[in-house]
Amino acid sequence: MQLFPCPFCGPRDETEFQFATEAGKTRPEPAAEVSAERWTKYLYLKDNPKGPTREVWLHVTCGEFFLMERDTVSHAVAGSQALGGDPR
Amino acid sequence: MTRRYSAWTLAKEGLRGHAGWQPAWRSPAPKPSYDAVIIGGGGHGLATAYYLAKNHGIRNVAVIEKAWLGGGNTGRNTTTIRSNYFYPESVALYDFALKLYEGLGRELNYNIMFSQRGVLTVAHSEGEMEIAARIVNAMQINGTDAELLTPAQALDKAPLLNRDPRARYPVFGAVWQGRAGVARHDAVAWGYARAADGLGVDIIQDCEVTDFLVENGRCTGVETTRGTIRARSVGLAVAGHSSVLAAKAGFQLPIQSYSLQAMVSEPVKPCLDTVVLYMGTGTYLFQSDKGEIVVGGGLDRVPSYAQRGNPPMQRTVLSGMLEMFPSFGQLKMLRQWAGNVDVVPDSSPLIGPSPLPGLYLNCGWGTGGFKSIPAGGWLLAHLMATGSHHAVSRPFDLDRFVTGRLVDEAAGSGIAH
Ligand SMILES: Cc1cc2nc3c(=O)[nH]c(=O)nc-3n(C[C@H](O)[C@H](O)[C@H](O)COP(=O)(O)OP(=O)(O)OC[C@H]3O[C@@H](n4cnc5c(N)ncnc54)[C@H](O)[C@@H]3O)c2cc1C
Ligand SMILES: [Zn+2]
Repeated sequence: MQLFPCPFCGPRDETEFQFATEAGKTRPEPAAEVSAERWTKYLYLKDNPKGPTREVWLHVTCGEFFLMERDTVSHAVAGSQALGGDPR
Repeated sequence: MTRRYSAWTLAKEGLRGHAGWQPAWRSPAPKPSYDAVIIGGGGHGLATAYYLAKNHGIRNVAVIEKAWLGGGNTGRNTTTIRSNYFYPESVALYDFALKLYEGLGRELNYNIMFSQRGVLTVAHSEGEMEIAARIVNAMQINGTDAELLTPAQALDKAPLLNRDPRARYPVFGAVWQGRAGVARHDAVAWGYARAADGLGVDIIQDCEVTDFLVENGRCTGVETTRGTIRARSVGLAVAGHSSVLAAKAGFQLPIQSYSLQAMVSEPVKPCLDTVVLYMGTGTYLFQSDKGEIVVGGGLDRVPSYAQRGNPPMQRTVLSGMLEMFPSFGQLKMLRQWAGNVDVVPDSSPLIGPSPLPGLYLNCGWGTGGFKSIPAGGWLLAHLMATGSHHAVSRPFDLDRFVTGRLVDEAAGSGIAH
């Protein structure tokens, strides 16, 4: 069982977490001027990297979304931080 | 040298000490150029090469595999073949594959051990029985076989199922697809490899594609660990590694890679002669010809390239197994492993031209692409040979993520892929 670090609750069992999305996606605005291709990129396309990655996760237990840096091959976690907050 | 497999050649070779068998395929050095190059020596890549040669007469073809044939998901999968999907587009695809599987052993002259023992999808409540009825109706309307079973009929198919009236997931009824079944995974890869080789295809193992050759905005070949290989047409069939290669070709895909695991028990006497899936637990299992109970379930919840599998899903799958078959609590598990599967938001595959002209995609099969190997190969070969879609692959083009015309099987058929 792996422990993931919630920036609010500390290290907790991986089963308490849910993957949300890759980090760095900004909703395109204004919606009326956004092309279908741009929505596709925002909604569906991913880098899905092999190796180091930055992702948004949800700690289901406390209900907070946060950023986590980890490696998709080794599963080692480099760190996590609150969205828009200081690293911890 | 003996090439053809039959009872007669087996007997003849038996008398000669089996000295005359020819290797099932050659291991040639890569040539500098081919008419078509396929990246990935899993079932889909090998089948593509076979149908390019067989259906389109294109024999100057190479399959480039970074490791060994079938060592990816094809050789790690639990081999269930079925076509119990919801949307007409999906049934057209998976039933096409199932029909090709029905004749495949003979066509390839290779025993793929296809056993149409049926798949029993068990429902546990009135609500789930309504979903089950909806799936059966959809399947029948789409022209494939499906039956709705009563609890007694379901228990008759798998007598060891949990009959405890207080069971957490009681047997309320089931969906039955009798033509579904299992096949030998390696044999499908090896059978296509041998048949493709027989038609002149070069199968190149231990050769990793590291980049693409692009000239005037068009893909004209690949860079590999064994040199540059030029090609008029390039096919990509690398499952969980699709995004890695897409990045080298300069585009993104709607794919997330996850681990999917499975386990087998010690071999025991015959006790289960169909494939059973529980809607409630998401666990499915069957008994292999060797007697092992093969058991699997859903995806690990952590995006991954690890091909290892995390413990929480093992616990979920095994507790599901014990709920379904309490007597299997006596079994000792022998092996656990995982593959690296390519999951698409609508749980349907990606087949079609890629954003880089000259490069064609066959990926996104996620947790369920063994059943579709013959169709995936047939359709990618059609694309590579003609430059345009076969009618069956058209709905699975990448453009559905722009038009919004998804084939949402995750929601549609209510089954874990
Ligand atoms: C545990 C498990 C259970 C499953 N159960 C079922 C089931 O019951 N029924 C079902 O229908 N499906 C099942 N599947 C899914 C099925 O296995 C896959 O969808 C299918 O095998 C995909 O075949 P493929 O040829 O596309 O990919 P693969 O067999 O993975 O082949 C891709 C190949 O590409 C190679 N490759 C990758 N990168 C490169 C590179 N850069 N250069 C050269 N080669 C490269 C890899 O080494 C690999 O051999 C299961 C999968 C798993 C993991
Ligand atoms: Zn928390």
